[in-house]
This record gives sequence, C-alpha cells and structure tokens, in this order.
Amino acid sequence: MKRYITRRLLLLLPTLLLVSFLVFCIVRIIPGDAVTLMVAEMGFADDEAELRAVLGLDQSLPRQYWNYMRNALRGDLGTSLWSGQPVLEEITRRLPLTFRLALMALFWTLLTGIPLGVLSALKQDTWLDYLLRSVSVGGLSIPSFWLATLLVVFGAIWFRWVPPIDFIPFGEDPLASLGQLVVPSLVLSVALSASIMRMTRTMMLEVMREDYIRTARAKGLSEWVVVIRHALANSLIPVLSIMGIQMAFLVGGTVIMESIFVLPGMGKYLLDAITWRDYPVIQGINLFICTLIICINLVIDLLYGVLDPRIRY
Amino acid sequence: MMPTPMQNQQQAKPILEVHGLIVRFTLRDGALIAVRNVSFDLFPGESLGVVGESGCGKSVTFLSVMRLIPTPPGKIDAVKMRFSGMDLLDASKRQMRRIRGNRISMVFQDPMSSLNPVLTIGRQMREGIQLHLGLSGRSLDDRCIELLDKVGISAPEMRLKSYPHQLSGGIRQRVMIAMALSCNPSILLADEPTTALDVTIQDQILRLIRDLTRDLGTASVLITHNLGAVAGTTDRIMVMYAGRIVEKAPTPLLFKDPRHPYTQGLLRSIPRVDQPAGRRLYSISGAPPDLLRETIQGCAFAPRCPLAEEQCVAQAPSLEPFAPEHLVSCWKAADAHQHG
Repeated sequence: MKRYITRRLLLLLPTLLLVSFLVFCIVRIIPGDAVTLMVAEMGFADDEAELRAVLGLDQSLPRQYWNYMRNALRGDLGTSLWSGQPVLEEITRRLPLTFRLALMALFWTLLTGIPLGVLSALKQDTWLDYLLRSVSVGGLSIPSFWLATLLVVFGAIWFRWVPPIDFIPFGEDPLASLGQLVVPSLVLSVALSASIMRMTRTMMLEVMREDYIRTARAKGLSEWVVVIRHALANSLIPVLSIMGIQMAFLVGGTVIMESIFVLPGMGKYLLDAITWRDYPVIQGINLFICTLIICINLVIDLLYGVLDPRIRY
Repeated sequence: MMPTPMQNQQQAKPILEVHGLIVRFTLRDGALIAVRNVSFDLFPGESLGVVGESGCGKSVTFLSVMRLIPTPPGKIDAVKMRFSGMDLLDASKRQMRRIRGNRISMVFQDPMSSLNPVLTIGRQMREGIQLHLGLSGRSLDDRCIELLDKVGISAPEMRLKSYPHQLSGGIRQRVMIAMALSCNPSILLADEPTTALDVTIQDQILRLIRDLTRDLGTASVLITHNLGAVAGTTDRIMVMYAGRIVEKAPTPLLFKDPRHPYTQGLLRSIPRVDQPAGRRLYSISGAPPDLLRETIQGCAFAPRCPLAEEQCVAQAPSLEPFAPEHLVSCWKAADAHQHG
C-alpha cells in the first residue's frame, strides 16, 4: 500500500511537468500580454520596454519557462504581475472559499444523487422512476452557467432574491457566509447529482439481481437491510469512479459559479488573471488544481479498497 | 431406535403441505406458467429429492414456498400452501421474514455468488442469528464458531474474519450450510447445492447436508438435475418435467422400478462403472417444451417419449397411484417397465 501511494505520487511529477508546459504555452498564445494591458490602462507607451524587463517578460520563452520551473520546484510560484503579491499566498487566501463551495456542491450531489438513484432503482418502471429519470436527463442537459444566469435574473424578478453583492468572510459570520454559497453550490450540483443518480440506479438494478441479495432475503432480513447493507456498498464502487472523473468538472464549475455569483474564490481569481494576462497566477492556479485533482483521484482509488475487500494495493 | 421417516409419515402430520401450486410469470413477450398444479407433502425430518432438468420448475416451486419469487412479474396460486399449520399464501411480509432463515432456510446453487463479496463471513453469519435468535456479543460469536466447526471448517475463529473471495468453493458452500442451519430450521431447502462444485467436493457436501439434517431432525429438500446426487441421501424422490410432477416414489423404489419414461431416461443417462466400455451414454432425444411459446395440450413429455401414442398427445395424464406410495403421471405406466 505504501509503495503504491509512493508510486502514484511520483507519477505526479511528469504530469505536472506536462501540465505546466501546456499552460505556459497556451497563456502566451492568447494575443496581448500584461504589459500591453498595463500600458493601455495607464498610458505610458515609453515605459513598455522597461516594464517588460522588470517583469522578466523580455527573456526568451525557454528561459522564462526554465526560471519558472526552477522556482516552482522550490515551492515559489512567482509573484502576480499586477499586484506584486506572491501567487502561492494569493491562492491559499482564496482557496478556503472555493473549497467550501466545492464541498457543499459535493454534499448536495451525494445527498440527492445516491438516495434518488436507489429509489429510482427500487421503483423501477413506475411513474416515480420515469419522473426521476426525466429529471436526471434534464439535470444533465442544462448547462450550469445558464441555470445560474436564470436564477440571478428571474430570482430577482419572481422571488425578489438577488445574489449578495458583498461577500461575507467566513471568519466574520460563518453561517451567513455559508448561506451565500447555498445557491451557487446547488446549481453546481445539479449535473453532478444527475449523473451520480443515473449511475447509482444502474448499479443498484444490477446488484439487486445478484445471488447474494437472494441469500440475504432468504435469511429473513427486512428489505431495508437488504438494500442498505447488502446492495448499496456493492453498487457504490462504480459511483465512486464517476465521482473521481467529476472532480475536474467540479473545479471547473466553481470557476463559473464564482464569477457569476461574484464570490472572491480561486475560480474568480483565475478568470480575472486570464483577463489581465497575469501569467504566473494562471500557471500557479493550474498547477495547484492539477495537483489537487490527482491527489483526490488517488484518495478515491484508495477508497475502492475500503469498499471492496477484493481490491488490495 | 429412531423411527424411520417412512414410519413417521404414517403418524406425523406433514410440516409442509403444498396442494395445487401454480406459478405464473407475466413477461414482456407473454405469460409463462412455470409450475403447473404441483402438490406434495413434506414430513418432519424427511429428506425429499426433487429431480428435473433446467427450467422444469423445481427451483421456482421452492422459491415460491419461501415467497422469494418477485411478484410481479410472478404470481403464486395454490389451493393450499401451509407450513406447520400456517398459511404461507396469506402470510404477511413480516410473518414471512420470521419464517425465512429461521424456520425454513435455503442453500443456493453457486456459493461463489451467493455470499456478499464485501462483507466478512462473520458479518453474514451473525445477521441471521441476531435477527431470529436475538443472540449478541460473545454468545453470538460462539454460536457462529460452533456452526462453522459443525460443517467441518478448520480454524473457525479465523474464518469469521475472512471475506468470501478468500475461501474455496467447497468451504463457501459449507459456510452457506452453516448459515442455513444457524437458527435450527424445520426445513432446509438445498437448491442444486453441489452443481457449481468439483466432483470430489460434491459428495462431501451432500453427505454433510444429510448428516447434519439427520442430527438436527431437520426436514430437507434436495433440488437437483442429477439423479445420482439424490440416490444415497434422500428418502423420497419427486421427478418434475415441464412444471409438473411426473413421478413420485420412495427412493429405493424409484431406482428399482421407475415407471415414467422420463424417469427411466434419466436413470439410463447416468454413467455407470459397470457399463461396458466404449458404449455411448443414453440421452433423451429432443428438448423440453418452451413453456413461454408452446401450449401444452397432452402429456408434455409425449414429443420425446418412445412410448407416446395418440392418447398421450391428446390428453394429459394425471398423477395417479401406481403402487402404494408410488405415483406416476403416465398413460403407459403399466407397460413402461418393458421398455425401461
């Protein structure tokens, strides 16, 4: 097991190298750089070359990449071109909010997806099953940004609810701060929940036909115990795989939600950084997200072993 | 000396009475009648063998007794289906749960898939005992260990912590048997308990079931497609074909004087050591009717029967006494021995 984890973590290095290289290239393909924008904003065309030299953007691209990677390996992700603040600090300051948003979305996803999937399977081919399945297809097909925009627009018209303009920091009033995340996280969870529900339903249907379910019934166990103790654990393994894949989607979703609902998290920061061509910030956040997703997937792979004793590393 | 089960029959009341059992399934492409008017009694401590090929309704009959047939699509009808005086057809779900695993228990065909792969043996054994006998803690574990020991599993304490995939097929079936006997049931239903096992293990398992049920005074039903498997371990045998009982007799009598051509065919298709080498094994030609597509008018076996006549195709025979304790459903029962 230890060897397995070490091996997986070592694999992280080439992945990060590749990701950093791709991100480094892609941000530089976008026309215009931070300096052009600075000059446009502040209007000193003469200073352009000097600015570029100060920010290190005058060096050749391979040189820039080399410097960036050398510092990154030492844990230094550079400083923001605009604020001059260390990128790592800026990220860690915004991370908790994004984390709470993602966790809350995950919470709604599991809270609705798994029970509804089980219910749909147990009531197979009844009106309830059809209803839940239609809802899940709907949930999968509605883009989250569209749903979020609708909520913002029609929420104001119909329910007199507008997304809060001022963000309440968690430290000031934890409950109110979390309250602000309810709607964005719900929107974020719709598609995730729908796919979890479909997977749970499919797996439950399969597992409920297994011989060991018949054995459990033949013991005289109540249907409830049969479903929860005998069927659910066996159904959840593929559901877990889906969740691993969804993590990337979830992080991408936070970027959208944070910008629509104006939440000062990592996603919003990333979007702003792209707008302002703040290369170190874009690169830093991407490396960060990449590491995070790889680690989450490792945890999920280890969880398989907990759910299924036949899987050992 | 203990009275033999046969003597018991005359005195004791049957523990399980099934009369006129009909099991239907409504499927997408039509209705299927899997069990057609099956009647039998099971006496306390008796061992009954139920023989027939796949799809003849033998498993469905006993799954219906346990009410483990999903309804719908299934539908269970019977004139009478009683377990020690209690009506199994009218019993509530709750009452059925109190019977299952407690008074009537079941061992299934494939021990590889009949145990839950993600729960330990101990967990799976404990839940039934806990539910029906109310044991807990140390006494619960003691009971499990005692049971595993009884079915011949070494180091039972260790096995409780094992997962099914860590055990061989034979051991798993022993665990299934231990689980089935854990609440001292009145009836043990064994549905093809040895079909999925190695030939060398099959005999051990059959003997184990016979010995344990005999010791505990549990009535047992051994469902199998293999007449050889029930020869040495049962008191009576019931042969089923296409959802009906075609012959029913005490085991020695059935082997000595089979009356239904189907039973005779089954007996002749068992490989024998004393058979001359190189001789081809007998096989019954044709296949059983497709219960979903074909409507059966006469005797269901008629198309495959060497003795079939016009009457057999036109009209179905009923299960009639041929000799004391020997029932046969065949128009030609009296002549059948000449061809057997």
